Amino acid sequence: MALDSKVPKGPIKDKWTDYKNKINLVNPANKRHIDVIVVGTGLAGGSAAATLAELGYNVKAFCYQDSPRRAHSIAAQGGINAAKNYQGDGDSTYRLFYDTVKGGDYRSREANVYRLAEVSANIIDQCVAQGVPFARDYGGLLDNRSFGGVLVSRTFYAKGQTGQQLLLGAYSAMNRQIARGKITMYNRHEMLDVVKIDGKARGIIARNLVTGEIERHSAHAVVIASGGYGNVYFLSTNAMGSNATAAWKIHKKGAYFANPCYTQIHPTCIPRSGDYQSKLTLMSESLRNDGRIWVPKNMEDVIAIREGRKKPTDLSEDERDYYLERRYPAFGNLVPRDVASRAAKERCDAGYGVNATGEAVYLDFASAIERYGKEQAKIHNIENPTAQKIYDLGKKVVEAKYGNLFQMYEKIVDEDPYKTPMMIYPATHYTMGGVWVDYNLMTTVDGLYCIGEANFSDHGANRLGASALMQGLADGYFVLPYTIGDYLSNDIRTGKIPTDTKEFDEAEKEVKDRIDFFVNNKGEHSVDYYHKKLGKIMWDKCGMSRNEQGLKEAMAEIKALREDFWKNVKVPGSANEMNPELEKAGRVADFLELGELFAKDALNRNESCGGHFREESVELDGEQKGEAKRNDKDYAYVAAWEYKGEPADAVLHKEELEFKDIELKQRSYK
Amino acid sequence: MNLTLKIWRQKDSNAKGQMVDYKVTDISEHMSFLEMMDVLNEQLVNSGEEPVAFDHDCREGICGMCSMYINGEAHGPDRGVTTCQLHMRMFKDGDTITIEPFRAAAFPVIKDLVVDRTAFDRIQHAGGYISVNTSGNTQDANAIPISKHAADEAMDAATCIGCGACVATCKNSSAMLFVGAKVSQYALLPQGQVEAADRVRNMVAQMDLEGFGNCTNTGACEIECPKGISLENIARMNRELMKAQF
Repeated sequence: MALDSKVPKGPIKDKWTDYKNKINLVNPANKRHIDVIVVGTGLAGGSAAATLAELGYNVKAFCYQDSPRRAHSIAAQGGINAAKNYQGDGDSTYRLFYDTVKGGDYRSREANVYRLAEVSANIIDQCVAQGVPFARDYGGLLDNRSFGGVLVSRTFYAKGQTGQQLLLGAYSAMNRQIARGKITMYNRHEMLDVVKIDGKARGIIARNLVTGEIERHSAHAVVIASGGYGNVYFLSTNAMGSNATAAWKIHKKGAYFANPCYTQIHPTCIPRSGDYQSKLTLMSESLRNDGRIWVPKNMEDVIAIREGRKKPTDLSEDERDYYLERRYPAFGNLVPRDVASRAAKERCDAGYGVNATGEAVYLDFASAIERYGKEQAKIHNIENPTAQKIYDLGKKVVEAKYGNLFQMYEKIVDEDPYKTPMMIYPATHYTMGGVWVDYNLMTTVDGLYCIGEANFSDHGANRLGASALMQGLADGYFVLPYTIGDYLSNDIRTGKIPTDTKEFDEAEKEVKDRIDFFVNNKGEHSVDYYHKKLGKIMWDKCGMSRNEQGLKEAMAEIKALREDFWKNVKVPGSANEMNPELEKAGRVADFLELGELFAKDALNRNESCGGHFREESVELDGEQKGEAKRNDKDYAYVAAWEYKGEPADAVLHKEELEFKDIELKQRSYK
Repeated sequence: MNLTLKIWRQKDSNAKGQMVDYKVTDISEHMSFLEMMDVLNEQLVNSGEEPVAFDHDCREGICGMCSMYINGEAHGPDRGVTTCQLHMRMFKDGDTITIEPFRAAAFPVIKDLVVDRTAFDRIQHAGGYISVNTSGNTQDANAIPISKHAADEAMDAATCIGCGACVATCKNSSAMLFVGAKVSQYALLPQGQVEAADRVRNMVAQMDLEGFGNCTNTGACEIECPKGISLENIARMNRELMKAQF
């Protein structure tokens, strides 16, 4: 099947407006007869469910947590971008579009990104109207901060809990529709398959996680908003339950999976402390606004610090290597995430890591505290303030900005980051790859949509900070509600979809057989045993840098691990009860397939772009020596994979990327 | 460190539960409490027993899913943290730790340490929102200036993660801190004014209907709240409710 992105014709700035003017609409009386299933209730799913219900569709929403408010969007910290230009610093729709395409290393679809930038300002208006308490300045107007990879301040925030506040906004909009009966909410439910009838998505099979009951749900369209697949690495900043099952199941039923190798390893996370570690904790990128990243210049100091003979605060300025400021003077500590992560890895690989594992660098707030302290002293007319006074005043400012993050750090590491620099190291955080969708956000299966992190569309090979919240809400509030209407306008005469059909029978049987296998297989190893092994292969061979040999090994090792899993996995308990081990088993089974496709995609893409760094493809000389080398001639395409049984047999379909409004350039942050 | 755990085990909502003793060894002080529970569960799975079911998800203190009552305190002995952020350095070698679910009539036990907190959702359905449709045509976000003080206070109230520690801690199983926080967030913002009277009446009515108790101002909820939600929010809710009568 040839991939058709269905991007409307015409100049980029008019595409979305023209499109909206021409699509088919569904009249309000008919919307009452149309059902839509939304899987996942994060920013994308929650906002889509609420908006579709407001429009009049009957929505069934599903989440595996005990309440839609707990989806992992809640953990997003730093902020949300929008081209409001409230700071008057030269921002515009075009500039946000440009920054996003460039930040994504020219591997995203121009038309989608432009639309994203276009609706971004509406998101802020909408959220304020919902009562989202964004940070404000003393004049009562909205405050902004800046984020990595851009030269303007366009990020709106609510302390370090922006994702929480935006999600609670979407959740409140859902609550209003649940109260009206327009959304039926299925908490503690997990989608285990999609049901296709005559080639169209017409329902799902879900498991009630409390009773174990397998349920059939029909609808005229199905929307997958189940987030990313970062937990394929076992350790990531994702929630423990975050999984790729919904996305992977639809892939196996015909939805192409695009660019799985584009994964974001976030530069500022709390380093791991031991083998028992269950997850990694992010420290928001917003900290790089005020924190300076460094390692010691001299190896003797590194060793002394590791052995506890010296403290980081003992080192003078010229004994420190602020390597981002040194290598990238224009952007300094605010280079994009992929660049910052690789730079940290480079220093640690060279032996300069500052903790016992050798995998940590410092993020230091001392100069920010001093700078803010002096500023406050001036504002409050304090003449000749003491160093302590400056520190106290500055600490207050830093606390107001990042207090909850500092508290989180202190609780985990047991060190006070106001006094000693934080230790950070990169960790898996976000997946740019995902289910392939066209301009309408529809997958390669009719009536099956995919939104938010679960799809591949807007971030190319690297996502800029504060853009995930923007994309999730743009898809759910402002894009999908239009595009899905155009499709559903053909369904006004269809009537209710029955669930007592052979398609539902078959899908349900498949699901039940798999569950029966798990609870009856008397294997030797726990699910976590396999998940950890998979995670190690992924981190070692498909992590921050990749090469042909490692990727080939990864494919073989994952395949072997998967075969062992299907023989020797052990799942206690039964199918007809709450059984967390059984839930995990299903998710890990899917990760064991996805991981192999991930490695295959990474092997196919013999270029370095964004989060995907191939050791074979680096600049050999000039100012950019050692930096990633993109290959536009051979790889300016989206790699969309079609499922053919084994992940290794997946067939590649290319969507060639056209850049009409932005010139393809080497990304330079020097 | 080596520890004895006394854990509430209950097969399902209809079964009778009981405390069961377990031993765990070589627990590192750097582990989080839930990682210690992972160690126990791995041990149970490997010995063919059923692991202990407990709610958890983000493991960074923001989703509000984890909900254990540890040594008689919601989220355990540390302050300002959820169970997932509680670290084993708060305990010492040889300790016996008692682990129970959050207990309240309105939070029935589903299994082991997992409870049903959907009563909180239903209170929000009753009015925890501002009635504005998604349109893209709402007025510009900066059209109504909001004083920094009010915005910050609204944010402090909105920080509630809906975990239910306030209810579990309260001798009356009162949900007033939770409801007060939501009522306050909207009461402090101009956008919330239009529906303020209906909102507080409906949310309080639903809260009573769910079987939560009344507030007798002991202040335990504020102390155990992992997000430091202030008692002032309860006062504000009562004030809003009084105002709504007129």
